[in-house]
Amino acid sequence: MKFTLSWLKDHLDTEATLDEIVETLTSIGLEVESVDDKAALKPFVIAKVLTAEKHPDADKLQVLTVDTGDGKPVQVVCGAPNARAGLVGAFASPGTYVPGIDVTLSVGKIRGVESHGMMCSERELQLSDEHTGIIDLPQDAPVGESFAKWARLDDPVIEIGLTPNRPDCTGVYGIARDLAAAGLGRLKEAGVERVTGEGECPVRVHIEAPDLCRTFALRLVRGVKNGPSPKWMQQRLTAIGLRPINALVDITNYLTFDRARPLHVFDAAKVKGDLVVRRAAAGETILALDGREYTLGAEMCVIADDSGIESIAGVMGGEHSGCDENTTDVLIEAAVWEPTSVARTGRDLGIITDARYRNERGIDPAFNEPGLELATRMVMELCGGRPTQTYVAGRRYDPAERKVVSFPAAEVKRLTGLDVPGEESLSILSRLGFKPEGSGEVVQVTVPSWRPDIDGKADLVEEVMRIHGVNRIAPQPMIAKDAVGGRILTTAQIRTRLAKRTLAVRGMMEAVTWSFIPEEHARLFSDNRKLIKLANPIAADMSTMRPSLLPGLIAAAQRNADRGFADVALFEVSGTYEGERPEDQRRVAAGVRRGTARLEAHGRHWSGNAASVGVFDAKADAFAVLEACGAPVEKLQIEAGGPSWYHPGRSGTIKLGPQKILGTFGEFHPKTLEEMDVSGPLCGFEIYLDAIPEPKARPTRTRPRLDLSPFQAVKRDFAFVVDRQVEAASVTRAAAAADKKLIADVNVFDVFEGPALGPDKKSIAIEVTIQPIERTLADEDFEALAGRIVENVGKQTGGVLRS
Amino acid sequence: MTDMSDLDQLETRIMHEIAAAGDEQALEAVRVAALGKKGTISEKLKTLGSMSPEERQVMGPAINGLKNKVTEALAARRAELRDAAIAARLEREKVDVTLPVHRPPAERGRIHPITQVIDEIAAIFGDLGFSIAEGPDIETDYYNFTALNFPEGHPAREMHDTFFFEPDEKGERKLLRTHTSPVQIRTMEAQKPPIRIVIPGKTYRSDSDATHTPMFHQLEGLVIDRTANVANMKWVLTEFCKAYFEVPQINMRFRPSFFPFTEPSLEVDIQCDRSRPGEIRFGEGDDWLEILGCGMVHPNVLRHGGLDPDEYQGFAWGMGIDRIAMLKYGMPDLRAFFDADVRWLEHYGFRPLDLPTLFGGLSS
Repeated sequence: MKFTLSWLKDHLDTEATLDEIVETLTSIGLEVESVDDKAALKPFVIAKVLTAEKHPDADKLQVLTVDTGDGKPVQVVCGAPNARAGLVGAFASPGTYVPGIDVTLSVGKIRGVESHGMMCSERELQLSDEHTGIIDLPQDAPVGESFAKWARLDDPVIEIGLTPNRPDCTGVYGIARDLAAAGLGRLKEAGVERVTGEGECPVRVHIEAPDLCRTFALRLVRGVKNGPSPKWMQQRLTAIGLRPINALVDITNYLTFDRARPLHVFDAAKVKGDLVVRRAAAGETILALDGREYTLGAEMCVIADDSGIESIAGVMGGEHSGCDENTTDVLIEAAVWEPTSVARTGRDLGIITDARYRNERGIDPAFNEPGLELATRMVMELCGGRPTQTYVAGRRYDPAERKVVSFPAAEVKRLTGLDVPGEESLSILSRLGFKPEGSGEVVQVTVPSWRPDIDGKADLVEEVMRIHGVNRIAPQPMIAKDAVGGRILTTAQIRTRLAKRTLAVRGMMEAVTWSFIPEEHARLFSDNRKLIKLANPIAADMSTMRPSLLPGLIAAAQRNADRGFADVALFEVSGTYEGERPEDQRRVAAGVRRGTARLEAHGRHWSGNAASVGVFDAKADAFAVLEACGAPVEKLQIEAGGPSWYHPGRSGTIKLGPQKILGTFGEFHPKTLEEMDVSGPLCGFEIYLDAIPEPKARPTRTRPRLDLSPFQAVKRDFAFVVDRQVEAASVTRAAAAADKKLIADVNVFDVFEGPALGPDKKSIAIEVTIQPIERTLADEDFEALAGRIVENVGKQTGGVLRS
Repeated sequence: MTDMSDLDQLETRIMHEIAAAGDEQALEAVRVAALGKKGTISEKLKTLGSMSPEERQVMGPAINGLKNKVTEALAARRAELRDAAIAARLEREKVDVTLPVHRPPAERGRIHPITQVIDEIAAIFGDLGFSIAEGPDIETDYYNFTALNFPEGHPAREMHDTFFFEPDEKGERKLLRTHTSPVQIRTMEAQKPPIRIVIPGKTYRSDSDATHTPMFHQLEGLVIDRTANVANMKWVLTEFCKAYFEVPQINMRFRPSFFPFTEPSLEVDIQCDRSRPGEIRFGEGDDWLEILGCGMVHPNVLRHGGLDPDEYQGFAWGMGIDRIAMLKYGMPDLRAFFDADVRWLEHYGFRPLDLPTLFGGLSS
């Protein structure tokens, strides 16, 4: 919403400075977005060329003597073809900044002749693009006076960003009312005098869509003469960025901004029959005033006559019945439309107009007919003509429909902490046009017709607060209930943090990727579950909620590889979506490593090059997360193989018990990578953080007792030959089970296959740590234990001790 | 017969041999030749027994003196040789210490700025007695709009702005939450006041340019009890901004504004200096930068949360986590947050062990 300072002062009697006005506007919720105070134009004065002689040394230049009003004519060199003796124009003296050429003038010599200033073109003053000659003013323009002031260009333009709840401030009058309430002057109450018309309006209005049009007032003015609007009106409209068209159209635009009352004018000669307000038939078209043809939808409200649609209700009029210089009879429309219908129509058609801006916020229903009276009066003043009576269709405004709100004055203190005396609260409300009635703790406040946003007492608190001054609310500390704060994170939040920091410490970088991914990527990682697709994705490759974090990370790794960074390790801890219910959103920690981005190092190095990443890198990451999150790592089982996107022979599933899956890890299936159009080496993992059991509540933080054996621990090695498919875990499990008390640890230190072992055989070498507890063990004890280990491994896995 | 001149000759010879010994082995041979069982000096000592007492009185100290001298010379030479050997070994073992070592993984890894800023926020609000709440990304129309007092037909409810899913069998159309505010209602339903929570989370709107992405992060705050008012809200938000931007003082401007779910509603600007390219300083300068929206929880929202607005009251606010990260740390483009470019992560990310705390400073 834009307006000029002088326009505001039409309605506000004030001594306040521009700065005070701007500051107050923002502080009462009418946020000032920009102020153009035209300060750059202030130094230019009106000057008269006294003599003009050809420059002695240049064909296209003239040497002028210019009267700038102080009685001491100055010499100016000028190249403008229209410079001549007697011309009155705009002069800039040395020292003046000329905005259009971005130069501060100084006394110069042009081809040997001194020049003490400049006669300016419109472009040099940034008034227009006109640069064929210097400004040529009427002869009566007062020499020596400020050019900007004389031309009324010194009127500062203020733009405010309006919140959608304030339709009343889409007009200068409403803004003046708010400023007056805030103590910045007096609102010039403007009564509207009725215009008595002659005879009935010959055109009737039939509202066939009463849900979209509450009321419609129409009046015919015959015998108008439509030409350019007066200069003052054109200047105001130009200042706020509107193009003057003709008096009739300019009047509607002027009242749109002046009184938040958009109007429409039809050329009565082009209207056939009565006007009908109805829904458009889907596919109907209209050539609108912007010269474009719009195809309408069935829910859009239009104004039609016998020849078709003449206007898109509340949004934009039609070209066909628009007013031009030949208009002699004009129909003036003032109507109240259903705001959401106007908003939807405007949005669907992509039309942004000043009328829509106001109609979609809600027009003051009490000002519908007065608005039409104002317009009629202006038309008569500027264009002449004889008006008919007003024809009104629909539901007229009744003061009884105003809302009444019970307002306890103490509510201001309760909600804001502000100590505003009750009388002051009521005075503020009265200044804003509310009508408080009654006395005592609770008063009944009648809400003015122009404030559809006010529903309850909290709304009235806001009115008092913003006018009294938000800045007067002193910050008031809130006392925390505990002196020392307790733990504030849930287990899930703590695990999220731990997982992130753990993976970052492992040299991985945290990515945040989109929650929606390409459908084909989602399908590859969906395990045949239903895909969760958006009905209106912003782009085709952001269409489907991710069932796994891996596709996003794999794609991200590939993007980095494409930029020349082949060795990347990325992780993300975030949500995946298996359905639309809250419980279908899972909290997952996932990571991928690409190229040689291993834990210890990546890339080439003088001490040895890093190997390609593989399944065991992913497994190590997965277990690091599980341990950090407090999973019972010793109870977990690893099952060979994973979901379809993994390499079946190089992936694993981490389980707690037979049913509960805590995560998966591995290298990826070559077909998955191929379908994603990415290349490896790549490995990755996912851990389902919410599947890890909740830690048991403990009454004490004391650690279990530590018993350290005084006897030396001993290590013994065994190598077993087993069938190729026997898992290392079963060998270590069998060895450990040989004596659960004495065997402290079993570690695999070598695995190999070779022809010497026989086909489909492999050797697994283990190191067993034996920790004597009660006494030093004798050789026979070790022999016996070794025998049990060999026997148990043989029994469980078929492995035989390698000779 | 041994006389003194023999001894002098012997001494000269042995001392020469000791000095000439090039390694410990040669030195040992010299020792054996002189002091061994059959060594020259040992042999001389054996002759003492057959000497007259007078002779013995002269030769005894002389031979023993020689023995001691030789022993000392041997030890000294041995030490010399050992030092030389160690020096030679050390020289052999020398390496080029300018060769690079691996950067440790903890220095290579990075925490995303969003995570770091959420941790900073948690540290501050934890100190103010708030806890952290969360809610689902996929929401119902009720929680995202209706319960938050958005009227039917509000533009935010349109396909233009909000991501919707296909209607389910009951005809209900779920959506991606457009703000973290639904968690206000979910929290009110789950717990009785007093409530003091902040809600960090992902939010979604159909929007894309340098400062808007279809997915972004918001921080919601909610305080509900029997007395919380605008004055308290000003205090909480001012204290937060001061702590978060790590400046000793900050000027904030609260402007009346409008949101469907608060009444009164306010927008908040902070004073800053943007005169230096690419850098914003808070607590100084004469520019104002909008940073958040807030207000007293609308009575209808309290009612939807099952609370009587005449008994309970409170305030709520919302701000962009990505935005305050950009303001504090100076990233110019929001889209890069979600691109996982390792160069960006390396530069704008945080070292994994840089944990934001109040006692150690939020950022290093």
